[in-house]
Amino acid sequence: MEAFEYARPTTNEEVVKLLTGAKGGAQVLAGGTDILSLMKDGVARPARLVSLQHVKELRGITFHPGTGLRLGATATFEELLENPDVRKHYPALAQAAEGVSSPQVRNTGTVAGDLCQRPRCWYYRAGFGLLAIYNGKPLVPDGDNRYHAILGNSGPAYFVSPSSLAPILVALNAKVKLHGPQGARELPVQDFFLTPKNDQEIEHALQPGEIVTEILVPAPGDVKMAVYEVRQKEALDWPLAAAAVVLNLEGDTVKKVRVVLGHVAPVPWPSPEAEEALTGKSVSEDAAWEAGKAALSKATPLSKNVYKVQLARVAVKRAILRAAKGEA
Amino acid sequence: MRRKKGKLRELHKEGFSRRDFLKGASMAVSTGLLATQEAGAATPETEPGVLGPGAVPITLEINGKPHSLKVEPRVTLLDALRNRLDLTGAKKVCDRGVCGACTVILDGRPVYACNLLAIEAEGHHIVTIEGLSTEGKLHPVMTAFVNHDAQQCGFCTPGFVVACKAFLDKHPDPTREDVERGLGGNLCRCGTYAGVREAVLEAAKTLKGGRANG
Repeated sequence: MEAFEYARPTTNEEVVKLLTGAKGGAQVLAGGTDILSLMKDGVARPARLVSLQHVKELRGITFHPGTGLRLGATATFEELLENPDVRKHYPALAQAAEGVSSPQVRNTGTVAGDLCQRPRCWYYRAGFGLLAIYNGKPLVPDGDNRYHAILGNSGPAYFVSPSSLAPILVALNAKVKLHGPQGARELPVQDFFLTPKNDQEIEHALQPGEIVTEILVPAPGDVKMAVYEVRQKEALDWPLAAAAVVLNLEGDTVKKVRVVLGHVAPVPWPSPEAEEALTGKSVSEDAAWEAGKAALSKATPLSKNVYKVQLARVAVKRAILRAAKGEA
Repeated sequence: MRRKKGKLRELHKEGFSRRDFLKGASMAVSTGLLATQEAGAATPETEPGVLGPGAVPITLEINGKPHSLKVEPRVTLLDALRNRLDLTGAKKVCDRGVCGACTVILDGRPVYACNLLAIEAEGHHIVTIEGLSTEGKLHPVMTAFVNHDAQQCGFCTPGFVVACKAFLDKHPDPTREDVERGLGGNLCRCGTYAGVREAVLEAAKTLKGGRANG
Protein backbone atom coordinates (compact mmCIF):
# COMPACT_ATOMS: atom_id res chain seq x y z
CA MET A 1 0.00 0.00 0.00
CA GLU A 2 1.36 3.42 -0.93
CA ALA A 3 1.72 6.10 1.74
CA PHE A 4 -1.16 8.50 2.30
CA GLU A 5 -2.35 11.24 4.62
CA TYR A 6 -5.00 10.43 7.17
CA ALA A 7 -7.63 12.66 8.75
CA ARG A 8 -10.30 11.97 11.35
CA PRO A 9 -12.89 14.75 11.24
CA THR A 10 -15.96 14.89 13.49
CA THR A 11 -18.63 16.51 11.27
CA ASN A 12 -20.01 16.02 7.75
CA GLU A 13 -18.87 19.53 6.80
CA GLU A 14 -15.29 18.75 7.81
CA VAL A 15 -15.39 15.46 5.91
CA VAL A 16 -16.42 17.23 2.70
CA LYS A 17 -13.76 19.92 3.17
CA LEU A 18 -11.03 17.33 3.76
CA LEU A 19 -12.18 15.30 0.73
CA THR A 20 -12.09 18.26 -1.63
CA GLY A 21 -8.91 19.80 -0.21
CA ALA A 22 -6.53 16.91 -0.93
CA LYS A 23 -4.01 17.13 -3.73
CA GLY A 24 -3.85 13.81 -5.54
CA GLY A 25 -7.34 12.68 -4.57
CA ALA A 26 -8.99 11.59 -1.34
CA GLN A 27 -11.16 8.65 -0.43
CA VAL A 28 -13.53 7.96 2.41
CA LEU A 29 -12.52 5.36 4.99
CA ALA A 30 -15.49 3.77 6.77
CA GLY A 31 -15.21 0.05 7.54
CA GLY A 32 -12.20 -0.27 5.25
CA THR A 33 -13.35 -3.66 3.91
CA ASP A 34 -13.16 -2.58 0.29
CA ILE A 35 -10.98 0.52 0.07
CA LEU A 36 -7.98 -0.99 1.89
CA SER A 37 -8.03 -4.06 -0.36
CA LEU A 38 -8.23 -1.86 -3.45
CA MET A 39 -5.28 0.18 -2.17
CA LYS A 40 -3.20 -2.90 -1.40
CA ASP A 41 -3.82 -4.06 -4.97
CA GLY A 42 -2.88 -0.63 -6.34
CA VAL A 43 -6.32 -0.23 -7.94
CA ALA A 44 -7.06 2.81 -5.75
CA ARG A 45 -4.23 5.22 -4.94
CA PRO A 46 -5.67 8.09 -2.90
CA ALA A 47 -3.27 10.66 -1.46
CA ARG A 48 -5.54 11.02 1.58
CA LEU A 49 -7.99 8.88 3.51
CA VAL A 50 -10.72 10.66 5.44
CA SER A 51 -11.93 8.49 8.30
CA LEU A 52 -15.61 8.59 9.26
CA GLN A 53 -15.04 6.82 12.58
CA HIS A 54 -15.47 9.94 14.71
CA VAL A 55 -18.38 11.53 12.84
CA LYS A 56 -21.27 11.00 15.26
CA GLU A 57 -23.98 12.34 12.93
CA LEU A 58 -23.28 9.47 10.50
CA ARG A 59 -24.00 6.76 13.06
CA GLY A 60 -27.00 4.89 14.33
CA ILE A 61 -30.27 3.25 13.30
CA THR A 62 -33.62 4.80 14.26
CA PHE A 63 -37.18 3.74 13.48
CA HIS A 64 -40.45 5.65 13.73
CA PRO A 65 -43.68 3.88 12.73
CA GLY A 66 -44.85 7.00 10.84
CA THR A 67 -41.74 7.93 8.90
CA GLY A 68 -39.81 4.70 8.68
CA LEU A 69 -36.20 3.75 9.12
CA ARG A 70 -33.06 5.89 9.13
CA LEU A 71 -29.78 4.07 8.67
CA GLY A 72 -26.75 6.21 9.45
CA ALA A 73 -24.05 5.75 6.80
CA THR A 74 -21.62 4.09 9.20
CA ALA A 75 -24.13 1.72 10.83
CA THR A 76 -22.63 -1.74 10.45
CA PHE A 77 -24.21 -4.91 9.04
CA GLU A 78 -24.14 -6.37 12.54
CA GLU A 79 -26.01 -3.36 13.98
CA LEU A 80 -28.61 -3.82 11.25
CA LEU A 81 -28.90 -7.51 12.05
CA GLU A 82 -29.17 -6.94 15.82
CA ASN A 83 -31.73 -4.11 15.59
CA PRO A 84 -35.15 -5.34 16.85
CA ASP A 85 -37.08 -2.78 14.74
CA VAL A 86 -35.26 -3.88 11.60
CA ARG A 87 -35.94 -7.55 12.35
CA LYS A 88 -39.61 -6.86 13.06
CA HIS A 89 -40.54 -4.32 10.38
CA TYR A 90 -37.94 -4.99 7.66
CA PRO A 91 -37.05 -8.69 7.98
CA ALA A 92 -35.70 -8.74 4.42
CA LEU A 93 -33.05 -6.14 5.31
CA ALA A 94 -31.88 -8.43 8.12
CA GLN A 95 -31.86 -11.36 5.67
CA ALA A 96 -29.67 -9.34 3.29
CA ALA A 97 -27.29 -8.43 6.13
CA GLU A 98 -27.15 -12.08 7.20
CA GLY A 99 -26.03 -12.98 3.68
CA VAL A 100 -22.73 -11.27 4.47
CA SER A 101 -21.74 -14.47 6.19
CA SER A 102 -18.51 -13.34 7.90
CA PRO A 103 -19.03 -11.91 11.41
CA GLN A 104 -15.74 -10.05 11.01
CA VAL A 105 -16.99 -8.24 7.90
CA ARG A 106 -20.42 -7.61 9.46
CA ASN A 107 -18.72 -5.97 12.47
CA THR A 108 -16.78 -3.44 10.40
CA GLY A 109 -18.61 -3.23 7.05
CA THR A 110 -21.04 -0.32 6.90
CA VAL A 111 -24.38 0.09 5.13
CA ALA A 112 -23.13 3.01 3.02
CA GLY A 113 -19.95 1.05 2.30
CA ASP A 114 -22.14 -1.75 0.98
CA LEU A 115 -23.68 0.66 -1.54
CA CYS A 116 -20.36 2.33 -2.43
CA GLN A 117 -18.13 -0.78 -2.65
CA ARG A 118 -16.59 -1.15 -6.09
CA PRO A 119 -17.53 -4.09 -8.34
CA ARG A 120 -15.87 -7.44 -7.65
CA CYS A 121 -15.10 -7.99 -11.38
CA TRP A 122 -11.69 -9.67 -11.39
CA TYR A 123 -10.48 -7.70 -14.39
CA TYR A 124 -11.22 -4.47 -12.53
CA ARG A 125 -9.53 -5.82 -9.39
CA ALA A 126 -6.47 -6.82 -11.41
CA GLY A 127 -5.96 -3.28 -12.71
CA PHE A 128 -7.70 -3.35 -16.11
CA GLY A 129 -10.19 -0.60 -15.23
CA LEU A 130 -13.91 -0.71 -14.50
CA LEU A 131 -14.72 -1.50 -18.13
CA ALA A 132 -11.86 -4.02 -18.45
CA ILE A 133 -10.51 -2.67 -21.71
CA TYR A 134 -7.05 -3.72 -22.86
CA ASN A 135 -5.45 -2.50 -26.12
CA GLY A 136 -8.83 -1.00 -27.04
CA LYS A 137 -10.60 -4.34 -26.70
CA PRO A 138 -13.09 -5.29 -23.96
CA LEU A 139 -11.76 -8.34 -22.10
CA VAL A 140 -15.02 -9.63 -20.62
CA PRO A 141 -17.05 -10.86 -23.65
CA ASP A 142 -14.33 -13.30 -24.76
CA GLY A 143 -12.78 -13.78 -21.34
CA ASP A 144 -13.68 -15.49 -18.10
CA ASN A 145 -17.11 -13.95 -17.60
CA ARG A 146 -18.64 -16.62 -15.38
CA TYR A 147 -19.57 -14.09 -12.67
CA HIS A 148 -20.50 -11.19 -14.95
CA ALA A 149 -23.81 -9.64 -15.97
CA ILE A 150 -26.66 -11.45 -17.70
CA LEU A 151 -28.91 -8.39 -17.95
CA GLY A 152 -28.11 -4.81 -18.93
CA ASN A 153 -24.87 -6.09 -20.42
CA SER A 154 -24.86 -4.67 -23.93
CA GLY A 155 -21.55 -2.99 -23.00
CA PRO A 156 -19.24 -1.36 -22.31
CA ALA A 157 -20.07 -2.34 -18.68
CA TYR A 158 -20.27 -6.06 -17.91
CA PHE A 159 -19.63 -6.14 -14.14
CA VAL A 160 -22.43 -6.80 -11.64
CA SER A 161 -23.48 -4.50 -8.84
CA PRO A 162 -21.98 -6.11 -5.72
CA SER A 163 -24.29 -4.55 -3.11
CA SER A 164 -26.13 -6.87 -0.72
CA LEU A 165 -28.59 -4.25 0.50
CA ALA A 166 -29.37 -2.39 -2.74
CA PRO A 167 -31.98 -4.81 -4.20
CA ILE A 168 -34.20 -4.76 -1.11
CA LEU A 169 -33.64 -1.01 -0.58
CA VAL A 170 -34.79 -0.37 -4.16
CA ALA A 171 -37.78 -2.67 -3.68
CA LEU A 172 -38.72 -0.69 -0.54
CA ASN A 173 -38.40 2.67 -2.40
CA ALA A 174 -35.60 3.77 -0.09
CA LYS A 175 -33.71 7.00 -0.58
CA VAL A 176 -30.09 7.81 -0.07
CA LYS A 177 -29.06 11.15 1.43
CA LEU A 178 -25.81 12.69 0.20
CA HIS A 179 -23.70 15.58 1.42
CA GLY A 180 -21.17 17.40 -0.73
CA PRO A 181 -19.57 20.76 -1.46
CA GLN A 182 -22.96 22.01 -2.74
CA GLY A 183 -24.79 20.86 0.40
CA ALA A 184 -27.21 17.99 0.96
CA ARG A 185 -29.39 16.19 -1.58
CA GLU A 186 -31.56 13.10 -1.75
CA LEU A 187 -31.83 10.43 -4.42
CA PRO A 188 -33.91 7.27 -4.75
CA VAL A 189 -31.50 4.35 -4.16
CA GLN A 190 -32.32 3.19 -7.69
CA ASP A 191 -30.95 6.45 -9.14
CA PHE A 192 -27.79 6.21 -7.02
CA PHE A 193 -26.64 3.34 -9.25
CA LEU A 194 -25.56 4.08 -12.82
CA THR A 195 -24.25 2.03 -15.71
CA PRO A 196 -21.08 3.75 -16.94
CA LYS A 197 -21.12 4.43 -20.67
CA ASN A 198 -17.42 5.28 -20.97
CA ASP A 199 -14.24 5.10 -18.90
CA GLN A 200 -14.81 8.58 -17.47
CA GLU A 201 -17.95 7.44 -15.67
CA ILE A 202 -18.38 5.31 -12.55
CA GLU A 203 -21.16 3.07 -11.28
CA HIS A 204 -22.74 5.45 -8.80
CA ALA A 205 -23.96 9.05 -8.62
CA LEU A 206 -21.48 10.40 -6.05
CA GLN A 207 -19.92 13.68 -7.19
CA PRO A 208 -16.34 14.62 -6.18
CA GLY A 209 -16.23 15.38 -2.46
CA GLU A 210 -19.69 13.93 -1.87
CA ILE A 211 -20.51 11.26 0.73
CA VAL A 212 -23.51 9.14 1.62
CA THR A 213 -24.82 10.33 5.00
CA GLU A 214 -28.04 8.36 5.48
CA ILE A 215 -30.30 5.75 3.96
CA LEU A 216 -34.00 6.48 4.48
CA VAL A 217 -36.49 3.62 4.15
CA PRO A 218 -40.21 4.50 4.16
CA ALA A 219 -42.57 2.91 6.68
CA PRO A 220 -43.27 -0.53 5.23
CA GLY A 221 -47.08 -0.55 5.59
CA ASP A 222 -48.90 -3.84 5.32
CA VAL A 223 -46.42 -5.78 3.18
CA LYS A 224 -44.45 -9.00 3.26
CA MET A 225 -40.84 -9.02 2.14
CA ALA A 226 -37.90 -11.31 1.60
CA VAL A 227 -34.45 -11.61 0.07
CA TYR A 228 -33.11 -14.85 -1.39
CA GLU A 229 -29.48 -15.21 -2.42
CA VAL A 230 -28.06 -18.09 -4.43
CA ARG A 231 -24.44 -18.62 -3.47
CA GLN A 232 -21.66 -21.08 -4.11
CA LYS A 233 -20.53 -21.59 -0.52
CA GLU A 234 -21.56 -20.84 3.06
CA ALA A 235 -18.43 -18.88 3.94
CA LEU A 236 -17.97 -15.26 2.93
CA ASP A 237 -18.66 -14.73 -0.75
CA TRP A 238 -20.81 -12.58 -2.98
CA PRO A 239 -24.01 -14.21 -4.23
CA LEU A 240 -24.20 -15.51 -7.79
CA ALA A 241 -27.74 -14.18 -8.05
CA ALA A 242 -30.18 -12.60 -5.62
CA ALA A 243 -33.73 -11.35 -5.56
CA ALA A 244 -35.62 -8.99 -3.26
CA VAL A 245 -39.42 -9.10 -3.14
CA VAL A 246 -41.97 -6.82 -1.44
CA LEU A 247 -45.49 -8.26 -1.57
CA ASN A 248 -48.76 -6.47 -1.02
CA LEU A 249 -51.43 -9.11 -0.59
CA GLU A 250 -55.22 -8.89 -0.50
CA GLY A 251 -56.25 -12.17 1.03
CA ASP A 252 -54.29 -14.64 -1.08
CA THR A 253 -54.14 -12.42 -4.12
CA VAL A 254 -51.13 -10.30 -5.03
CA LYS A 255 -52.37 -6.72 -5.21
CA LYS A 256 -48.95 -5.21 -5.83
CA VAL A 257 -45.42 -6.57 -5.89
CA ARG A 258 -41.88 -5.25 -6.31
CA VAL A 259 -39.20 -7.60 -7.60
CA VAL A 260 -35.57 -6.41 -7.79
CA LEU A 261 -32.68 -8.67 -8.80
CA GLY A 262 -29.11 -8.35 -7.58
CA HIS A 263 -25.75 -9.55 -8.93
CA VAL A 264 -27.15 -9.97 -12.45
CA ALA A 265 -26.55 -6.51 -13.95
CA PRO A 266 -24.30 -3.45 -13.45
CA VAL A 267 -27.11 -1.93 -11.35
CA PRO A 268 -29.80 -3.40 -9.06
CA TRP A 269 -32.29 -4.72 -11.63
CA PRO A 270 -36.03 -4.09 -11.09
CA SER A 271 -38.18 -6.55 -13.00
CA PRO A 272 -41.51 -5.15 -14.23
CA GLU A 273 -41.88 -8.45 -16.14
CA ALA A 274 -41.92 -10.49 -12.92
CA GLU A 275 -44.20 -7.96 -11.24
CA GLU A 276 -46.69 -8.17 -14.11
CA ALA A 277 -46.58 -11.97 -14.13
CA LEU A 278 -47.43 -12.16 -10.42
CA THR A 279 -49.92 -9.30 -9.98
CA GLY A 280 -53.50 -10.50 -9.63
CA LYS A 281 -52.42 -14.12 -9.01
CA SER A 282 -52.49 -16.01 -5.76
CA VAL A 283 -49.03 -16.97 -4.54
CA SER A 284 -48.16 -20.56 -5.39
CA GLU A 285 -45.04 -22.41 -6.41
CA ASP A 286 -46.20 -22.29 -10.05
CA ALA A 287 -47.01 -18.58 -9.99
CA ALA A 288 -43.65 -17.81 -8.36
CA TRP A 289 -41.84 -19.89 -10.95
CA GLU A 290 -43.67 -18.10 -13.80
CA ALA A 291 -42.56 -14.78 -12.27
CA GLY A 292 -38.99 -16.07 -12.11
CA LYS A 293 -39.11 -17.07 -15.77
CA ALA A 294 -40.60 -13.69 -16.72
CA ALA A 295 -37.85 -11.85 -14.80
CA LEU A 296 -35.18 -13.49 -16.94
CA SER A 297 -37.11 -13.50 -20.23
CA LYS A 298 -34.86 -10.76 -21.62
CA ALA A 299 -31.58 -12.17 -20.25
CA THR A 300 -28.57 -12.01 -22.55
CA PRO A 301 -25.98 -14.25 -20.90
CA LEU A 302 -22.34 -14.15 -21.95
CA SER A 303 -20.23 -17.12 -23.10
CA LYS A 304 -19.60 -18.60 -19.63
CA ASN A 305 -22.53 -17.47 -17.48
CA VAL A 306 -25.65 -19.04 -18.98
CA TYR A 307 -26.00 -20.94 -15.69
CA LYS A 308 -26.72 -17.66 -13.88
CA VAL A 309 -30.04 -17.32 -15.75
CA GLN A 310 -31.44 -20.39 -14.01
CA LEU A 311 -30.00 -19.33 -10.63
CA ALA A 312 -31.65 -15.93 -10.95
CA ARG A 313 -35.02 -17.51 -11.87
CA VAL A 314 -34.77 -19.67 -8.77
CA ALA A 315 -33.78 -16.67 -6.62
CA VAL A 316 -36.93 -14.82 -7.73
CA LYS A 317 -39.15 -17.85 -7.14
CA ARG A 318 -37.75 -18.56 -3.68
CA ALA A 319 -37.81 -14.88 -2.63
CA ILE A 320 -41.52 -14.71 -3.54
CA LEU A 321 -42.33 -17.90 -1.63
CA ARG A 322 -40.22 -16.82 1.34
CA ALA A 323 -41.94 -13.41 1.44
CA ALA A 324 -45.42 -14.97 1.24
CA LYS A 325 -44.61 -17.31 4.10
CA GLY A 326 -43.52 -14.29 6.12
CA GLU A 327 -40.61 -16.12 7.71
CA ALA A 328 -37.95 -13.94 9.28
CA MET B 1 0.73 -1.37 -18.07
CA ARG B 2 2.34 -4.36 -19.69
CA ARG B 3 4.90 -4.67 -16.92
CA LYS B 4 2.22 -4.34 -14.29
CA LYS B 5 0.13 -7.02 -15.91
CA GLY B 6 3.13 -9.33 -16.04
CA LYS B 7 3.78 -8.74 -12.37
CA LEU B 8 0.19 -9.48 -11.44
CA ARG B 9 0.26 -12.69 -13.38
CA GLU B 10 3.50 -13.64 -11.66
CA LEU B 11 1.99 -12.98 -8.25
CA HIS B 12 -1.03 -15.09 -9.08
CA LYS B 13 1.09 -18.02 -10.13
CA GLU B 14 1.08 -20.78 -7.58
CA GLY B 15 4.82 -21.09 -7.76
CA PHE B 16 5.37 -17.77 -6.04
CA SER B 17 7.03 -18.89 -2.81
CA ARG B 18 6.60 -17.47 0.65
CA ARG B 19 10.33 -16.72 0.77
CA ASP B 20 10.10 -14.66 -2.45
CA PHE B 21 7.09 -12.88 -1.05
CA LEU B 22 8.83 -12.00 2.21
CA LYS B 23 11.90 -10.77 0.33
CA GLY B 24 9.75 -8.52 -1.87
CA ALA B 25 7.68 -7.30 1.06
CA SER B 26 10.68 -6.34 3.20
CA MET B 27 12.24 -4.48 0.29
CA ALA B 28 9.00 -2.58 -0.25
CA VAL B 29 8.83 -1.70 3.43
CA SER B 30 12.37 -0.41 3.67
CA THR B 31 12.20 1.73 0.51
CA GLY B 32 8.81 3.02 1.65
CA LEU B 33 10.26 4.11 4.97
CA LEU B 34 13.12 6.01 3.35
CA ALA B 35 10.83 7.78 0.95
CA THR B 36 8.37 8.95 3.58
CA GLN B 37 11.02 10.08 6.02
CA GLU B 38 12.37 12.37 3.35
CA ALA B 39 8.93 13.58 2.41
CA GLY B 40 8.06 14.11 6.07
CA ALA B 41 11.10 16.34 6.55
CA ALA B 42 10.32 18.46 3.50
CA THR B 43 6.61 18.97 4.07
CA PRO B 44 5.45 19.50 7.63
CA GLU B 45 1.73 19.19 8.44
CA THR B 46 0.01 21.72 6.19
CA GLU B 47 -3.66 21.28 6.99
CA PRO B 48 -5.09 21.08 10.49
CA GLY B 49 -6.27 17.62 11.45
CA VAL B 50 -4.32 15.88 8.68
CA LEU B 51 -1.75 13.29 9.81
CA GLY B 52 1.03 11.56 7.90
CA PRO B 53 2.04 10.30 5.43
CA GLY B 54 5.06 10.02 7.74
CA ALA B 55 5.01 8.11 11.03
CA VAL B 56 2.50 9.29 13.61
CA PRO B 57 2.64 8.50 17.35
CA ILE B 58 -0.28 6.30 18.47
CA THR B 59 -1.20 4.30 21.55
CA LEU B 60 -2.92 0.93 21.23
CA GLU B 61 -4.54 -0.90 24.11
CA ILE B 62 -3.77 -4.55 23.56
CA ASN B 63 -4.70 -7.32 25.98
CA GLY B 64 -5.26 -4.71 28.67
CA LYS B 65 -1.89 -2.99 28.28
CA PRO B 66 -1.12 0.31 26.50
CA HIS B 67 1.52 0.21 23.76
CA SER B 68 2.93 3.46 22.36
CA LEU B 69 4.49 3.37 18.91
CA LYS B 70 4.97 5.44 15.78
CA VAL B 71 3.37 4.18 12.58
CA GLU B 72 2.59 5.58 9.17
CA PRO B 73 -1.19 5.82 8.58
CA ARG B 74 -0.90 3.04 5.97
CA VAL B 75 0.22 0.43 8.54
CA THR B 76 -2.53 -2.08 9.28
CA LEU B 77 -3.25 -3.24 12.81
CA LEU B 78 -2.01 -6.69 11.75
CA ASP B 79 1.37 -5.35 10.59
CA ALA B 80 1.70 -3.22 13.73
CA LEU B 81 1.01 -6.29 15.92
CA ARG B 82 3.36 -8.59 14.05
CA ASN B 83 6.20 -6.32 12.93
CA ARG B 84 6.30 -3.73 15.68
CA LEU B 85 4.94 -5.31 18.84
CA ASP B 86 6.14 -8.89 18.34
CA LEU B 87 2.60 -10.23 18.74
CA THR B 88 2.83 -12.74 15.91
CA GLY B 89 -0.12 -14.94 16.87
CA ALA B 90 -2.44 -13.24 14.39
CA LYS B 91 -1.33 -14.53 10.99
CA LYS B 92 -0.98 -12.69 7.70
CA VAL B 93 -2.41 -14.98 5.04
CA CYS B 94 -4.71 -13.36 2.46
CA ASP B 95 -4.20 -9.78 3.73
CA ARG B 96 -7.51 -8.90 2.00
CA GLY B 97 -10.13 -9.48 4.70
CA VAL B 98 -11.24 -12.90 3.52
CA CYS B 99 -9.50 -15.78 5.28
CA GLY B 100 -9.77 -14.82 8.97
CA ALA B 101 -6.25 -15.88 10.01
CA CYS B 102 -5.63 -12.38 11.41
CA THR B 103 -8.81 -12.25 13.54
CA VAL B 104 -8.58 -10.15 16.71
CA ILE B 105 -11.29 -8.93 19.06
CA LEU B 106 -12.02 -5.19 18.97
CA ASP B 107 -14.35 -3.91 21.71
CA GLY B 108 -15.74 -7.43 22.14
CA ARG B 109 -16.31 -8.10 18.43
CA PRO B 110 -14.18 -10.19 16.06
CA VAL B 111 -12.60 -8.20 13.21
CA TYR B 112 -9.94 -8.75 10.56
CA ALA B 113 -6.73 -7.00 11.73
CA CYS B 114 -5.48 -6.88 8.12
CA ASN B 115 -8.42 -4.71 7.13
CA LEU B 116 -8.09 -2.16 9.88
CA LEU B 117 -5.50 0.60 10.01
CA ALA B 118 -3.52 0.64 13.27
CA ILE B 119 -4.29 4.33 13.59
CA GLU B 120 -8.02 3.53 13.43
CA ALA B 121 -7.68 1.05 16.32
CA GLU B 122 -6.64 3.81 18.72
CA GLY B 123 -9.09 4.21 21.59
CA HIS B 124 -10.43 0.66 21.26
CA HIS B 125 -9.85 -2.44 23.38
CA ILE B 126 -7.94 -5.02 21.38
CA VAL B 127 -7.63 -8.68 22.39
CA THR B 128 -5.30 -10.95 20.45
CA ILE B 129 -4.68 -14.70 20.71
CA GLU B 130 -1.82 -13.89 23.10
CA GLY B 131 -4.36 -12.38 25.49
CA LEU B 132 -6.51 -15.50 25.71
CA SER B 133 -4.20 -17.75 27.71
CA THR B 134 -3.07 -16.47 31.07
CA GLU B 135 -0.08 -17.72 33.05
CA GLY B 136 0.59 -20.50 30.61
CA LYS B 137 -2.89 -21.97 31.02
CA LEU B 138 -4.78 -22.72 27.83
CA HIS B 139 -8.12 -21.04 27.21
CA PRO B 140 -11.00 -23.58 27.15
CA VAL B 141 -11.37 -23.00 23.39
CA MET B 142 -7.69 -23.93 22.93
CA THR B 143 -8.06 -27.04 25.08
CA ALA B 144 -11.09 -28.07 23.03
CA PHE B 145 -9.09 -27.55 19.80
CA VAL B 146 -6.44 -29.94 21.12
CA ASN B 147 -9.04 -32.48 22.26
CA HIS B 148 -10.77 -32.52 18.87
CA ASP B 149 -7.69 -32.30 16.66
CA ALA B 150 -9.08 -29.07 15.22
CA GLN B 151 -5.87 -28.09 13.47
CA GLN B 152 -3.59 -29.53 10.86
CA CYS B 153 -0.95 -27.18 9.44
CA GLY B 154 -2.00 -24.70 12.12
CA PHE B 155 -1.79 -21.50 10.12
CA CYS B 156 -5.48 -20.64 10.42
CA THR B 157 -5.69 -21.86 14.02
CA PRO B 158 -5.01 -18.64 16.00
CA GLY B 159 -7.59 -16.76 13.92
CA PHE B 160 -10.08 -19.60 14.36
CA VAL B 161 -9.53 -19.76 18.13
CA VAL B 162 -10.07 -15.99 18.49
CA ALA B 163 -13.17 -16.12 16.24
CA CYS B 164 -14.54 -19.08 18.26
CA LYS B 165 -13.92 -17.24 21.54
CA ALA B 166 -15.75 -14.15 20.25
CA PHE B 167 -18.55 -16.34 18.91
CA LEU B 168 -19.02 -18.08 22.28
CA ASP B 169 -19.03 -14.75 24.12
CA LYS B 170 -22.05 -13.81 22.02
CA HIS B 171 -23.67 -17.27 21.77
CA PRO B 172 -22.90 -19.06 25.06
CA ASP B 173 -25.35 -21.87 24.27
CA PRO B 174 -25.03 -22.49 20.53
CA THR B 175 -26.66 -25.18 18.42
CA ARG B 176 -24.58 -26.99 15.81
CA GLU B 177 -26.30 -24.87 13.15
CA ASP B 178 -25.37 -21.65 15.01
CA VAL B 179 -21.75 -22.81 15.04
CA GLU B 180 -21.77 -23.54 11.31
CA ARG B 181 -23.25 -20.13 10.55
CA GLY B 182 -21.22 -18.23 13.12
CA LEU B 183 -17.76 -19.13 11.81
CA GLY B 184 -18.27 -18.09 8.19
CA GLY B 185 -15.44 -15.57 8.44
CA ASN B 186 -12.59 -18.09 8.75
CA LEU B 187 -11.14 -20.44 6.18
CA CYS B 188 -9.07 -23.60 6.70
CA ARG B 189 -7.47 -25.09 3.61
CA CYS B 190 -6.62 -28.33 5.43
CA GLY B 191 -10.33 -28.84 6.01
CA THR B 192 -10.43 -29.11 9.80
CA TYR B 193 -13.93 -27.63 9.99
CA ALA B 194 -15.50 -30.76 11.50
CA GLY B 195 -12.99 -30.71 14.36
CA VAL B 196 -13.43 -26.97 14.89
CA ARG B 197 -17.21 -27.35 15.20
CA GLU B 198 -16.85 -30.14 17.77
CA ALA B 199 -14.31 -28.04 19.66
CA VAL B 200 -16.65 -25.04 19.83
CA LEU B 201 -19.52 -27.18 21.14
CA GLU B 202 -17.24 -28.70 23.79
CA ALA B 203 -15.81 -25.30 24.77
CA ALA B 204 -19.35 -23.96 25.16
CA LYS B 205 -20.03 -26.69 27.73
CA THR B 206 -16.73 -26.14 29.54
CA LEU B 207 -17.24 -22.39 29.73
CA LYS B 208 -20.75 -22.83 31.11
CA GLY B 209 -19.37 -25.21 33.69
CA GLY B 210 -17.39 -22.32 35.16
CA ARG B 211 -13.95 -23.70 34.35
CA ALA B 212 -13.09 -20.75 32.17
CA ASN B 213 -9.98 -18.73 32.69
CA GLY B 214 -10.44 -16.11 30.00
